[in-house]
Amino acid sequence: MKVNGDVAALDVEPWVSLLDALRERLGVTGPKKGCDQGACGACTVLADGVRINSCLALAVQYDGQEITTIEGVDHPLQEAFVRNDGLQCGYCTSGQICSAIGMLAEHAAGMPSAAGGSGALTEDEVRERMSGNLCRCGAYNGIVDAIMEVAR
Amino acid sequence: MSIKYAEAEPATTDATKYVGRAVDRIDGPAKTTGEARFAAEYSYPDLAYAALVHATIPRGRITAIDTAAARAVRGVIDVLTHESTPAMKPPPKPSVLDLSSMVAGTSVNYLGTDEVHWNGQPIAVVVAETPETARYAASLVRPAYQELPAATDFEAEKHHAVPQKSSLISEASANKGDAPAALAAAPYAVDLTFSTPPQSHNAIEPHASTAVWDGDRLTLHEGTQNIPWTRRHLALRFGVPEKGIRILSPYVGGGFGGKGSVWAGTLLAVLAARVTGRAVRLALTRESVYHTVGGRTASTQRVALGAEADGRLTALIHTSVSRTGRTGGSGEQITAGSRHLYAAPNIHLQQNVVQLDLLANTFMRAPGESIGTFAMESAVDELAWKLGMDPIELRMRNEPERDPLGGQEFSGRRLREAYALGAERFGWHARDPRAGAMRDGKWLVGMGVATAYHPSLQMMASVTVRLEAAGTLVVRCGLHEMGMGTATVQAQIAADEMGVPLEQVRVEYGDSDLPPGPQAGGSMQTATAAAGVLAACAKLKRTLTGLARRAPGSPLRGTRPADVQARDGGLYAGGRGLTYKELLSAAGRDHVEAEVKGSTLAFMAKFLRERRKWVKAATGAHFCEVRVDPDTMEVRVSRWLGVFDAGTIINARTAASQLRGGIVMGLGMALSEHTLIDPRNGRVVNPSLSEYHLPVHADVPHIDVEWLNEPDPNMPLGLRGIGEVGITGVAAAVANAVRHATGKRVADLPITLDKLL
Repeated sequence: MKVNGDVAALDVEPWVSLLDALRERLGVTGPKKGCDQGACGACTVLADGVRINSCLALAVQYDGQEITTIEGVDHPLQEAFVRNDGLQCGYCTSGQICSAIGMLAEHAAGMPSAAGGSGALTEDEVRERMSGNLCRCGAYNGIVDAIMEVAR
Repeated sequence: MSIKYAEAEPATTDATKYVGRAVDRIDGPAKTTGEARFAAEYSYPDLAYAALVHATIPRGRITAIDTAAARAVRGVIDVLTHESTPAMKPPPKPSVLDLSSMVAGTSVNYLGTDEVHWNGQPIAVVVAETPETARYAASLVRPAYQELPAATDFEAEKHHAVPQKSSLISEASANKGDAPAALAAAPYAVDLTFSTPPQSHNAIEPHASTAVWDGDRLTLHEGTQNIPWTRRHLALRFGVPEKGIRILSPYVGGGFGGKGSVWAGTLLAVLAARVTGRAVRLALTRESVYHTVGGRTASTQRVALGAEADGRLTALIHTSVSRTGRTGGSGEQITAGSRHLYAAPNIHLQQNVVQLDLLANTFMRAPGESIGTFAMESAVDELAWKLGMDPIELRMRNEPERDPLGGQEFSGRRLREAYALGAERFGWHARDPRAGAMRDGKWLVGMGVATAYHPSLQMMASVTVRLEAAGTLVVRCGLHEMGMGTATVQAQIAADEMGVPLEQVRVEYGDSDLPPGPQAGGSMQTATAAAGVLAACAKLKRTLTGLARRAPGSPLRGTRPADVQARDGGLYAGGRGLTYKELLSAAGRDHVEAEVKGSTLAFMAKFLRERRKWVKAATGAHFCEVRVDPDTMEVRVSRWLGVFDAGTIINARTAASQLRGGIVMGLGMALSEHTLIDPRNGRVVNPSLSEYHLPVHADVPHIDVEWLNEPDPNMPLGLRGIGEVGITGVAAAVANAVRHATGKRVADLPITLDKLL
């Protein structure tokens, strides 16, 4: 498995989640654990560019794949989040940013959504497509603003 | 009358000052790169992992606990139970003489007793080499119980409630005139019963502790809203010197009150590390958070209002029942807002409380006020319907000039301006006053308002400010940063006071080795710390001025101290002066420091003195527009505006986020949040983020927030705390908009579609 460009050789039991492998075995703590059951999105990482909930993924399934966590992200969204105050406590932020990167790629690839689908990215589209990432501080407005700013 | 207001940006204040500006939060880059490390993210070479075993009965005794299967799992280091583990010292009785005694979440001495006091109480801890092993082995621990009768059903038990005791800072009842008689005689009246369900904070970071002992010295990585009291509490519980305990809490992944007390997870992580001699991490599962950290009480409330035909209130009655746990928690100040909101000549307020065999309740964002304003502001709206009067007009006719109960002056109160500005901005005049009359396509459209209210308090803080030879200004205070912008705003204040660029200020916080800060609670932290920073900076300026007047070759030799100003990175009097760098170099010092110490006695004296003179509070006017699907009756919030009278706004950007954050949590309270407790056995049945429904992106429209930016004459820098005022009134504004859209009054939160069909 490659994590943020570096080869990571890991010997883990088959029941170890990708999230726990990253956080507890590799010390890559950017992806967060908020629920451990795919409900909050704080653990979102990119697997070969596709956003996934790493808490619902088994590490062994990702043998040979390229995993990108927030530590490996270098994207205008990061500064946009700060400028638009798309964060408060910061615990959901890694997942929000990784998810937004994956979401923008999905939209560009024409993947439909319940809010309407393809065409220009609207705020409602972003809200729909980002609804798997919870923010209890309620920074949703700033997150949407940051994503819209980068998408334009 | 001129109304000053500010959009989130740009701010309106002095361009040469940082206070008032929309400054980026200084912890932003660390949080957007993954660099920020939270309590469960510190590694130690001998780190072991802990997991909790929870009781599955609401009340009783553990008659046996079989740990053999758990111990047999490869990688299990120890299984701690009440049979195998030396007990911690019991928690102290709460006392005003030692405020830290209030920090215990419950009075249960975990693993020091065979007693079970709620369904979910932790009764064993497994420590293992990996987190998976700990969790698996925890599932193998087999307790046997003797069950005892338990009272767990709020609905069934609320009739046994007794009058709540008043506390030093919160009175539980009030009487003025004869409210029942005035209500009976009133030509117009409403008398409504409201209910609100239990709710849970659900900070996205579950509580986590990493504990490391070295002899009697303890290092604890912990997400907490109260470093100093937590430290003192741990010293008492483990019988070690307080000085040997270091708590590190630089980032807290959301708190909202849920990290304001010491709960089982913290104690058991420290205990497990003590017993096993290993560094121990206990990162609670989401389910364990529900079972070990209290939440918001359920409530039932009565609000009865009597009025003349012109809308003037003659009677105001607000009574409530909330619940505590048998082993902790406290009654909430549900009627606190009702003391101050309306000029009724006859007032009766009474808070009641019932003890249940459930986990202790605890503070959750605006405890009391958030659910109390739901009831009061819904009832005021209902009275407006009865009178056929605009709900804003009704409120304005009852806006008091002085406090309705105590007669004190308000320390600034501009609700009239907030409503006037909000009505104009929101397009309130376009509202058709008839119920169900506004449509957008098939959608029923409704508009509602409600008042926000939260008291402005201040506690005590110790602060050190240090000017270093390189020109850096270091502010040292054990503050808590849970996303409020704590460090950012104090840096702004210190930069202004000392006249240095913001980039040269470093705020050190989140560490028990620092001078103790205030707890992050009650919307008090920013004002409290600001008072400390202002005092410490004033002291530092005096010291520096003294040096400047004596230093050889200083251009300020012989200047009168009163003429010296701190600005442009140094001290100046008229055209003469020198930079701090030059000053420290001339004085031969590598740094100059000033310290102020917080005193509990001085805090209490100030609080009691001021309370007789003024009522201080942040207030606001919420404007809500909803769309309701006429077929399914699903409610969608489509527009929101909150206009706040919250004193001086220090940082326009982080303040807007905090106010919005309160509103978003209020939307959850209004429409979806409900911690479901099985009435038969007291078990939380939805302890997860998939079944406890927080607002998600798609539920939250753009939220406009504005503020009047008028300084409070009696608060440091004129600021009022804004962490909680945002959530107050929100659920009522939604309910009132739903009433307008559908004609239906929902008095039972959350407003789910089944209540409208």
